[in-house]
Amino acid sequence: MAYSDKLIEHYERPLNVGTLDKEDPNVGSGLVGAPACGDVMRLQIKVNPETQVIEDAKFKTFGCGSAIASSSLATEWVKGKTVEEAMALKNTDIVKELNLPPVKIHCSVLAEDAIKSAIADFRRKQAVARGEDPDVGIGQKDENVVQLSK
Amino acid sequence: MSLKFPIYMDNHATTRCDPRVVEAMLPYFTEDFGNAASRNHKYGWVAEEAVDYAREQVQKILGARSEKEIVFTSGATESNNLAIKGAAHQYKDRGNHIITVKTEHKAVLDTCKRLEREGFEVTYLDVDSRGQISPDDVKKAITDKTILVSVMLCNNEIGTVQPIAEIGKITRERGVLLHTDAVQGVGRMPFHVDEMNVDLVSISAHKIYGPKGVGALYVRRNKPRVRLTAEMDGGGHEHGMRSGTLNVPGIVGLGKACEILVKEMEQDIAHVRGLRDRLRKKLEGALEMVHLNGAEDPWRHPGNLNVSFSFVEGEAMMMGIKDVCVSSGSACTSASLEPSYVLRALGVDTELAHSSIRFGLGRFNTEEEVDYVAQIVIREVNRLREMSPLYELHQEGVDYKTIQWVAH
Repeated sequence: MAYSDKLIEHYERPLNVGTLDKEDPNVGSGLVGAPACGDVMRLQIKVNPETQVIEDAKFKTFGCGSAIASSSLATEWVKGKTVEEAMALKNTDIVKELNLPPVKIHCSVLAEDAIKSAIADFRRKQAVARGEDPDVGIGQKDENVVQLSK
Repeated sequence: MSLKFPIYMDNHATTRCDPRVVEAMLPYFTEDFGNAASRNHKYGWVAEEAVDYAREQVQKILGARSEKEIVFTSGATESNNLAIKGAAHQYKDRGNHIITVKTEHKAVLDTCKRLEREGFEVTYLDVDSRGQISPDDVKKAITDKTILVSVMLCNNEIGTVQPIAEIGKITRERGVLLHTDAVQGVGRMPFHVDEMNVDLVSISAHKIYGPKGVGALYVRRNKPRVRLTAEMDGGGHEHGMRSGTLNVPGIVGLGKACEILVKEMEQDIAHVRGLRDRLRKKLEGALEMVHLNGAEDPWRHPGNLNVSFSFVEGEAMMMGIKDVCVSSGSACTSASLEPSYVLRALGVDTELAHSSIRFGLGRFNTEEEVDYVAQIVIREVNRLREMSPLYELHQEGVDYKTIQWVAH
């Protein structure tokens, strides 16, 4: 199948590959997917707690070219947005931008899940810092258990 | 020597026609275009003569006793269908049980599934972690209802060679017919229908440097004489087993491809094996966690290198090495989103199945190509691992299998 030039560009020269310090209270990490399904995405955001603006985003992805491109685009898009704005990003926006073929739509779903999961993790950490109940329902509750928002 | 791109290393999918094969075929499109079934004029005689000659060339590569045992078809899918359905329908009064293997080609598996819907019973044997079946399992699976055992000579994905000779001893002793899909194996390893006691053999021209759209089925005529029920109605060509005007140029090409293999088999095998081992050594020398899928020699196709690069997904890998034509067992390369059923039958971890790449070396590959391919594969695996969260976990000493993933 032929992929769009934008997709290939993001695959060949992905933006924001890397790792943020997951211990940083201002960093939210989302790890979604499963190795057995052939794709795992980890997306991290660093948020300014005052402004709620996402100042940095990094990803690492095990998956096909479309999954890598979707993650690269997702990190690029959330940077500079507030957490609220980032929550509003839809997988269909990614599908449109990268012109993903139907069999690759799940890659965009995974990217949206990764954003939401990272934000949930950030919010949980903030709640802990404020001494509130950290269990906000989604996101990573446990180091070794990955919850996937559906 | 300069490299020509893209580099083709997918010789299990198809092979380039040998120029000698093309040359042999050409006259039969133009000057000698006759119908081999035209008995009353020169054009027909010339075509028939060419087909008869090709029949002998195919007979030789299989070690068949008579050229009459060769039935030309449109390819191995048809040969497999004709062998299995033809035998099942012919011998249904004797029994309704067929034995085959989970890692067979779809042309065999789906044919068996159709027969199941017709009321036949099919046993699908398991393979071990190298992809081999045990002859003992065949022995145990045979009942007094068994009419046919179908086991491929060599697997198209992982290159595992099945112990056909040992299976043949068992089937002969029990009076059960043995069919082998020899598409990938013929010309790549010693094969002889009598020494292996096989009764039906499927081959295809385009996997052995011949043209697409032509194949053959060997049907034993003596001890036992195998009869098949024709699957197509028509003019009664090919001893009534396969109606349809013969594809004379294609058949000439198949014959020539077989002749070349008979003459050059030893050097051909040595060439591809040398390239395969060179590629493997380079990859394993430069990269950690490279897993070989399938068996080691002598139970491996000399030109097959199927490996999984841990932490790297197969389709992403193929996108990264776009100047190289290979294939992957990853789900993402198929419409079904399921990883290779062959690798799963071996018990390969699903994530490693997603990470598998099949290199198929062939007659026309060179050492320069292997060196180039090794270099860019190593570069791409390293690049994609740097991007892989699983590789990061591995480097931190975390076994990702201990993590509870939520499947999606």
